[in-house]
Amino acid sequence: MDNLLILAFSAFILENIILSQFLGICPFIGVSTKRSNALGMGMAVLFVMLISSSVTWLLYKYVLELFSITYMRTIVFILVIASLVQMVEIFLKKVSPALYKALGIYLPLITTNCGVLGVAILNISKEHNFLEMVVYTTFIGLGFLFVIYIFSMIREKLEFSPVPKAFKGAPIALVVAAILAIIFSRFGGII
Amino acid sequence: MNNKDNFFKGIIKENPLFVSLLGMCPSLAVTTSFENALGMTMGVFFVLVLSNLLISLIMNNKKLAEMVKPVRIPVYIVVIATLVTIVEMVMHAFTPALYFSLGVFIPLIVVNCIILGRAEAFASDNKPVASLIDGAGMALGYGLAIMSISIFREFLGKGTLTIWGDLQLNLKFIFDFLKIEPIAMFVQPVGAFLTFGLILAAITAIANNHKNKLAKEVKNNG
Repeated sequence: MDNLLILAFSAFILENIILSQFLGICPFIGVSTKRSNALGMGMAVLFVMLISSSVTWLLYKYVLELFSITYMRTIVFILVIASLVQMVEIFLKKVSPALYKALGIYLPLITTNCGVLGVAILNISKEHNFLEMVVYTTFIGLGFLFVIYIFSMIREKLEFSPVPKAFKGAPIALVVAAILAIIFSRFGGII
Repeated sequence: MNNKDNFFKGIIKENPLFVSLLGMCPSLAVTTSFENALGMTMGVFFVLVLSNLLISLIMNNKKLAEMVKPVRIPVYIVVIATLVTIVEMVMHAFTPALYFSLGVFIPLIVVNCIILGRAEAFASDNKPVASLIDGAGMALGYGLAIMSISIFREFLGKGTLTIWGDLQLNLKFIFDFLKIEPIAMFVQPVGAFLTFGLILAAITAIANNHKNKLAKEVKNNG
């Protein structure tokens, strides 16, 4: 139990997917100008990450390892993720139009989000068992949601502040991210 | 467009990292040392040049192109993923230290937006040789960008420059001369965001300056 708690905490704060592992930076900079967009993107990433990591984990353990073709990992994973995202899209459209409306436009963007493939691979290379995989992925996804939401609030305020001309847009966003990264790295003392 | 322009546009005018902001994740993660950035550049170069060549060969063949058109994105992804797997295996076999320090970012070359972007925007409707040159220019532009970030980060953070393996430039004497310690923050995640942000701001400032000058010249001349 203790192990799982530590795993969850470090996935959420210390190994934060954006601020310390640098995965999913494109949506972090691109879709964080408005709070509602950030929330939608964060939820979509959490959702897809959990499904795709579970599927790829099972596939790796029970198909790739069984036939000892683990070198096919990258090809299989990216194809599974790309088709899964499509399936999730079709499924949501049918089953829950409300959820589809909220997440729909973010789903196609997620295929190329390196966070989803990255976490699927990390779960394999860290040799997590199924329970650890679920906890790790959930909290990594929550960490993404948390940071992108905070970041979008800051960026909404930034729009009205006198930023030097050269820093407008991405540069100031990166500097803000640096300050957030300092704050998150200081939580290291807790464990 | 001649071959020379085609090659050089990727390095300055349309630099994938500094101008189009593509492929940011690895550029932040692997720039802790010059060696890592160099390794990443070689991986991206190999994948981008060959994927551009292969995809333009596929799309220039009428019969194949017709077949591939409706499912072209999955086809591109399979081509790219195969090339990335080759890079992964070669690095694991010949440069294991580099393989482990780049870690998850080698397989992640698959989802690097630059490669899929060039396949879709350039290779799919250009001749093979032009695509090859475009790929080489883009990969080199990306490589120079991440290597320049890594030079700043490694010098400020550790006071050294690791070029390859044991070949290392020790520049600590500059810090000794100024009577300060290297700033360890720059090799941590914080430094990645900060360095990239500041370099990007500097480039924007220079570009703005250049644009203003051009506008003034146009005004004076006519």
